[in-house]
Amino acid sequence: MKMLDWTIVETLAALDSAKVSALELAEAHIAAVGSLNPHLNAFITITPEIARKQAHAADVARRAGAAPALAGVPLAIKDLFCSENVRTTAGSKILGPFIPPYESTVTGKLLSAGAVVLGKANLDEFAMGSSNITSAYGPATNPWKRDDGVKLVPGGSSGGSASAVAARIAMGATGTDTGGSIRQPASFCGIVGIKPTYGRCSRFGIIAFASSLDQAGPMARSVEDCAILLEIMSGFDPKDSTSADRTVPNFRAACGRNIAGMRVGIPLEYRVSGMAPEIEKLWQAGIEWLKQEGAEIFDVSLPHTKYGLPVYYIVAPAEASSNLARYDGVRFGARVEGEDLIEMYERTRAAGFGAEVKRRIMIGTYVLSEGYYDAYYLKAQKVRSLILRDFREAFANVDVLLTPTTPSAAFAVGEKMDDPVTMYLNDVFTVPASLAGVPAMSVPAGLDARGLPLGLQVIGRHFDEESVFAIAAALERAADFRSLPQLRAGATP
Amino acid sequence: MSLDPATVRRIAKLARIHLDEDELPRLQKELNTILGYVEQLAEVNVEGVIPLSGGTEAAMRMREDVVSDGGYPEKILANAPDRIGNFFAVPKVVE
Repeated sequence: MKMLDWTIVETLAALDSAKVSALELAEAHIAAVGSLNPHLNAFITITPEIARKQAHAADVARRAGAAPALAGVPLAIKDLFCSENVRTTAGSKILGPFIPPYESTVTGKLLSAGAVVLGKANLDEFAMGSSNITSAYGPATNPWKRDDGVKLVPGGSSGGSASAVAARIAMGATGTDTGGSIRQPASFCGIVGIKPTYGRCSRFGIIAFASSLDQAGPMARSVEDCAILLEIMSGFDPKDSTSADRTVPNFRAACGRNIAGMRVGIPLEYRVSGMAPEIEKLWQAGIEWLKQEGAEIFDVSLPHTKYGLPVYYIVAPAEASSNLARYDGVRFGARVEGEDLIEMYERTRAAGFGAEVKRRIMIGTYVLSEGYYDAYYLKAQKVRSLILRDFREAFANVDVLLTPTTPSAAFAVGEKMDDPVTMYLNDVFTVPASLAGVPAMSVPAGLDARGLPLGLQVIGRHFDEESVFAIAAALERAADFRSLPQLRAGATP
Repeated sequence: MSLDPATVRRIAKLARIHLDEDELPRLQKELNTILGYVEQLAEVNVEGVIPLSGGTEAAMRMREDVVSDGGYPEKILANAPDRIGNFFAVPKVVE
């Protein structure tokens, strides 16, 4: 079915010219979800009835000449965004019975813009992971296959979102990114994803992992589609005390900007040992593509890059241990009874949290505990300052940075699982931008030797997503990435 | 620094997570791997550096201290595992 391959830009044009109705589009996606989700496990909860109602409303609005910007576009919503009256699990058993009585600000904006919600996308438990393996609802699968045919992870934590968009069972999705959770799965699944500047999207109604890092962002099959979605998702929200009170620029227009004369920095420290040679080659290709469009290339240094991961694995667990204290079996979620209140808390949390979440809560508890706070947490916050300073200094001379998104392509379940740190190394290129709060985007740019997609990352200044979109769009044009995953709607497997 | 079993038990207690004795060795090993990894921050000179505590350097916004929401106990209690009237119910606490 051709319409499942459309970008959001193409879909909106088809809807406006009545080539297709929102209901037809929704039915095609609902059917594709029905046939592919058993293989992909990209959705934890599917909401076909809600999708039909929203599609019908979009058709009515369009006929009346009052269609909002996204009317009729079918999306997947990461199951970390609270959806009013729809079960929202965060990929955890502890939230298995949770039905939010309210809607997150970001999804509320998408609904007001007429989006059609196909369901709640799978993720690592509480967004803690780089593989989607830690989900209590089973791992999501990458629709791409390696030459050996083994099942691959879609990346994480927004793995279900990436899998659904790549497999063409959703046109776009929401993700959240704390240390790479939008960009790494986008790269692993051959799609586009952007983590905007910290503060650009409201965090209200997004189940918290690490509040000083968590940011929502869109995932889609083109840079321009991401621009359309981000423009709707962004904006000031008094309900989030860190929400930025700034005008939302026209991101879509930025995609068409001429990049001649733009200054692109290549950070030396991202040339890590052990990086796949194809990634090194692709990075070089990216540099050449941007040069051909008139951008100027400069070497830059971000000397504290290698400390990004260790800072992250103190700061994020510390904030998580505090945020996840609310899951105690009293006000919402699952409860396991105990002899007294303390035992009820301890048994509820032991049964409700998976192994990775427990590990991170315990690390966080330790680094915040009396006697260790200064040595771990305060030290990490200081090094975080230095990481931010690195970016500031680099951005005094260049407009954006170009790096690979990940040090390898998608891996198989069971690989990189020798110990937690091996898994954490996946995020080595994505974590620094998260710590600095700057916007960063992954664009599919090529395939590795085994036929798997690889992404390039564009990092910009605070609140300068427009430059990121301009450069990302230039990379997209030059890379002309047309490869498709083996498992997708409309393909015969 | 390396965590001993007693410290792992203490952290679990602080985190309010019940641990079975047979989970302890694996957890101890994993936590020590992570702490061993973050140990490298010790080599960074941070003299005079102001810690970055939030996602932005901007000061937290203040708002008027007024009631801006509420008045729907049914919504609030709808997800409660146990309730008595308009209260969350928990096991008896006897000190």
